[in-house]
Amino acid sequence: MNETALLINTALASGTTLALAALGLLINERAGVLNLGAEGMMLVAAVAGFATALLTGSDTLGFVAAAAAGAALAAVFGLLVIFLNTNQYATGLALSLFGYGFSAFVGVSMVGKSLSPRQQYAMPVLSDLPFVGPAFFSHHAMVYVAMALTAAVAWFFYRTRAGLLLRAIGENPEPAHALGYPVRLIRLAAVCAGGALCGLAGAYVSLVTAPLWVEGLTAGRGWIALALTVFATWRPARALLGAYLFGGVTVLQLSLQAEGVQISSHLLTMLPYVATIVVLAVISRNAAFIRLNMPASLGRPFRPGS
Amino acid sequence: MSLRLELIGIGKQYPAVKANDDISLRVKAGEIHAVLGENGAGKSTLMKIIYGAVKPDEGQMRWNGQPVQVASPAAARALGISMVYQHFSLFDTLTVAQNVWLGLDKGLALPAVTARITQVAAGYGLDVQPERPVHTLSVGERQRVEIVRALLTEPKLLILDEPTSVLTPQAVDKLFTVLRRLAAEGTSILYISHKLDEIRALCHHCTVLRGGKVTGEVDPTQESNASLSRLMIGAEPPQLTHAARAAGPVVLQVQGLTLAPTDPFGVALDGVALEVRAGEIVGMAGVSGNGQQELLAALSGEDPRAPAGSIRLFGQDIARQSPRRRRREGLHFVPEERLGRGAVPTMSLAENTLLTRTAGVGAFGWLRTRTVEALAARVIARFQVKAGGAGAAARSLSGGNLQKFIVGREIDAAPRLLIVAQPTWGVDVGAAALIRGELLALRDAGCAILVISEELDELFEISDRLLVIAKGRVSPALPVAEATVERIGTWMSGLWPGAAATEGGTHAAA
Amino acid sequence: MLRLEPRAAPSQAMTVASPLIALALTALVAVVIFAGLGTDPLAGLQVIFIEPLSTRRQISEVLLKATPLIVIALGLAVCYRANVWNIGAEGQFLLGCLGGGAVALWLTTQGIVLPKAVGVPLVLLGGMLGGMLWAALVALLRDRFNANEILVSLMLVYVAQQVANALVFGPWKDPQGFNMPQSALFHSSLLLPPLLERTRLHVGFLLALVLAVVATLFLFRSFRGFQLQVGGLAPAAARYAGFSARASLWTALLVSGGLAGLAGAMEVAGPIRQVTPYLSTGLGFTAIIVCFVGRLHPLGIVGAGVLLSLMLIGGELAQSRLGLPNAMASVLQGLLLLILLACDTFIHQRLRLTRSRARPA
Repeated sequence: MNETALLINTALASGTTLALAALGLLINERAGVLNLGAEGMMLVAAVAGFATALLTGSDTLGFVAAAAAGAALAAVFGLLVIFLNTNQYATGLALSLFGYGFSAFVGVSMVGKSLSPRQQYAMPVLSDLPFVGPAFFSHHAMVYVAMALTAAVAWFFYRTRAGLLLRAIGENPEPAHALGYPVRLIRLAAVCAGGALCGLAGAYVSLVTAPLWVEGLTAGRGWIALALTVFATWRPARALLGAYLFGGVTVLQLSLQAEGVQISSHLLTMLPYVATIVVLAVISRNAAFIRLNMPASLGRPFRPGS
Repeated sequence: MSLRLELIGIGKQYPAVKANDDISLRVKAGEIHAVLGENGAGKSTLMKIIYGAVKPDEGQMRWNGQPVQVASPAAARALGISMVYQHFSLFDTLTVAQNVWLGLDKGLALPAVTARITQVAAGYGLDVQPERPVHTLSVGERQRVEIVRALLTEPKLLILDEPTSVLTPQAVDKLFTVLRRLAAEGTSILYISHKLDEIRALCHHCTVLRGGKVTGEVDPTQESNASLSRLMIGAEPPQLTHAARAAGPVVLQVQGLTLAPTDPFGVALDGVALEVRAGEIVGMAGVSGNGQQELLAALSGEDPRAPAGSIRLFGQDIARQSPRRRRREGLHFVPEERLGRGAVPTMSLAENTLLTRTAGVGAFGWLRTRTVEALAARVIARFQVKAGGAGAAARSLSGGNLQKFIVGREIDAAPRLLIVAQPTWGVDVGAAALIRGELLALRDAGCAILVISEELDELFEISDRLLVIAKGRVSPALPVAEATVERIGTWMSGLWPGAAATEGGTHAAA
Repeated sequence: MLRLEPRAAPSQAMTVASPLIALALTALVAVVIFAGLGTDPLAGLQVIFIEPLSTRRQISEVLLKATPLIVIALGLAVCYRANVWNIGAEGQFLLGCLGGGAVALWLTTQGIVLPKAVGVPLVLLGGMLGGMLWAALVALLRDRFNANEILVSLMLVYVAQQVANALVFGPWKDPQGFNMPQSALFHSSLLLPPLLERTRLHVGFLLALVLAVVATLFLFRSFRGFQLQVGGLAPAAARYAGFSARASLWTALLVSGGLAGLAGAMEVAGPIRQVTPYLSTGLGFTAIIVCFVGRLHPLGIVGAGVLLSLMLIGGELAQSRLGLPNAMASVLQGLLLLILLACDTFIHQRLRLTRSRARPA
């Protein structure tokens, strides 16, 4: 296989988790809610998806279960921060810590188990095309789902009245409330949708990337996805691109090791995290630029009738 | 005699106060009906009930003779009740058309809405451009958008909440023309205000509220300011003694203050120049959103980027100094926002004194609790702040009392220059009179005072000289004896003698 | 219809009762989990909450584990009250282990034997500096680049773990250690003096208590502490007052980094006695929970630290005695925090039953 094609293939494959998670977080944040529980949701969803696939032998059911688990956790988070007005940072953190422990607890019996052997993912005919075949058409279905969902969310945000309303609420919920819209329910819906997407992202790791279960499987991808939403200035297409770029960094990690380059394996493992820090620094530097693009009510509690 | 709207025995209880107590209101078709009351009298709550944003605890509402329950703003709109808000109802980052679109219930597409906006606006002589993002609009323009949005719903009852606080006197006249036309076409109008002159000029009928109860239902054209005032606050409007005084040396000198805004939606300051002398009050008028915030931040030190030499206190250049340094030199400042900026809501009044007063800070930064409490107690006593003691949390005070405390805290510091923004906004008449009296007393004692306010009446009452801020520029100063409301009103649109005609004129100041 | 209404003033009763109610509810969930796993619920509760306090030795272990939790959480309280969301305490703790370890290893391998009163503080200082350095990175990135401190501090945890691994698998590997990834044992002169004979409890616990008092004075009786709190509660008021946001940022991060680093040094100069790849056990994250359960107040943090240490040790006991998975303790901790946050809303708000429609006149 052509080197570059392989590079693209791996970047797409390993970036899909980030793409799905970032997309879900983006929907949250556009509505004005910051969910730091991404990592926890992804872990719980990963173990739920894995368990379901193990039990039923069906990947699809695994993804469905994962999405449901993500949405359920997100709903708990949403009820706390939207209706009880708990501190968004603390609650999100709590969710992540809880998710970490809960997934470890539930997954204890599944460590080391493996799913039925994975087949090669290839689309008929298209995957035989030179270069583009291996690069773009030899993926698990979820990769294409991620792209399709990104397009769908972008269309929703920029072409529909409901999407306009969601974005408006993220800027300032007061006018929406004054006009009589159920701001809190809309935010809850956004949070749950975001949770479902994070769930899919988590299951992708345990069902496709790994595929296995160990404690802490997602290794911080939920946090990286949070950074990605900033990098993408809250736009779906940019989030997808950013996710693939990060996927490329992981590729770099693997290919450097494969080439036998004499870099400490520890340094290579650090790469995605250091890259995240660098990206954050570069993109956040212009505070005015960030303020212009960030949903203005992000992280702030909304109290109707105050 | 058809009553469009009738309220019978409406009551609403909040944890600390009964906002509405057995209120009755009768509005005929095509009538402009004023609801008069000072701040805190219960007008807002009543309007929220009519508009469906709040549910009453007691009482009944009748619409065209039929009893109704208005469960939500959407239900109110369905009945034909439409509200023009004072704040918080437009999305800054969206265009006018998008905002109006979100405010409509019907399933119209955006282009159709845009066309309707242009049509209705033209029909009533209101200048509104649908493609403009709302954040580029002045406050007066935003109000026009609100009115057009309300008109698009073809309302039977239009509610306006303090509409003229953001308008120049000329713009007020234009608004009144539109309202009279609407009333003539059969729309009923509820006009909420505390401005006696306007109500007497515009309204057919008036219900007066005080302390949550109705104190009178009168025909304002037959009443005088004094009689309305008696109904509104139980007494005549308090008189203040404003004796002429020769001003002393220049305390604050601002020259060539040009500053780009930090906020992408802010206003740039353009060569601001002004002077305040010891023993005088300079009043700065201007419609909100013309650079007051930016100028105040530069003067207080919250924005330390002013060009060197552009701000001088007693001749010393303070343009780049921090707020604490400026306070040491005698510059004290009362901000527009109380909770969250002038005071920390969850901290006690005693702790809040530490924001601007350093008497309680000992060696190595040790806090002297007794000193701080004594200071707070002194301010509370002198300024008649109704609070549960120096330990009460700032947010437990009413707006008027908190403002008295904050103003008191700064006056108690015996400043040499006091800058006050919106001293009596949202404050009840008694507290407002006390604050204005204290400012006059401070001026008599030799302090230089700069007051920025949107209430022209207040500025005329206490200022020695007046100036106007518009589009980031400041007019020359005018002795108050030479100023008239009309003249200041014109200046508020940026049209003072010597104003550079550089602005294309597409963006009005009001 | 149930509505949530703001209270006129925060409820004193709820402020105290909230953590207790949260604890009770968490215990309830634990009972459910036990039942679901086929374990006797009462036996489970007993093992987790009572057993660790049953003997002198057990109590000393609880206090021993509480020490780093308390110290780290004190630093986090300063941070969170300033609205600086440092969640990378685990990384700063690790750098503290490495910093203290570096000093201890150098002294040990050079054969320098110092009196305890000098050697131990040097090791602790090394740890503090290590933690401060790691936190300074976060402060720098936020100060200069406006980068979100939550994400940066967390990413640095993963980086710290790799740094520690690189050292322990590489230059710090004990030449006499049979090629095991661990450093040489530190000389006994560098270890913290014990507090209670025949136990592992050392003076670090006393130090933690002293630090709690210092933290209380700092937060509530010093002007710098006041400035930090205003910055966290009302940033616009802090700007109005002229309190430097930059100074508060650096103070908060350096204090919490320093304290987390100190806790790290206390670990390696205490029971562990060397640098191993297993130092990162999640204490930095548990400390976040301790901080909240302790209401961000130093004195509450002492109590919460003991409580969560109890749960951690109880979890280990439950694993060995009852065969329950070890992750159980971390589930209960996460749950405790979530329930606590929910209960806390009732400090400032109150549930009311209201009629949804007006009565007809």
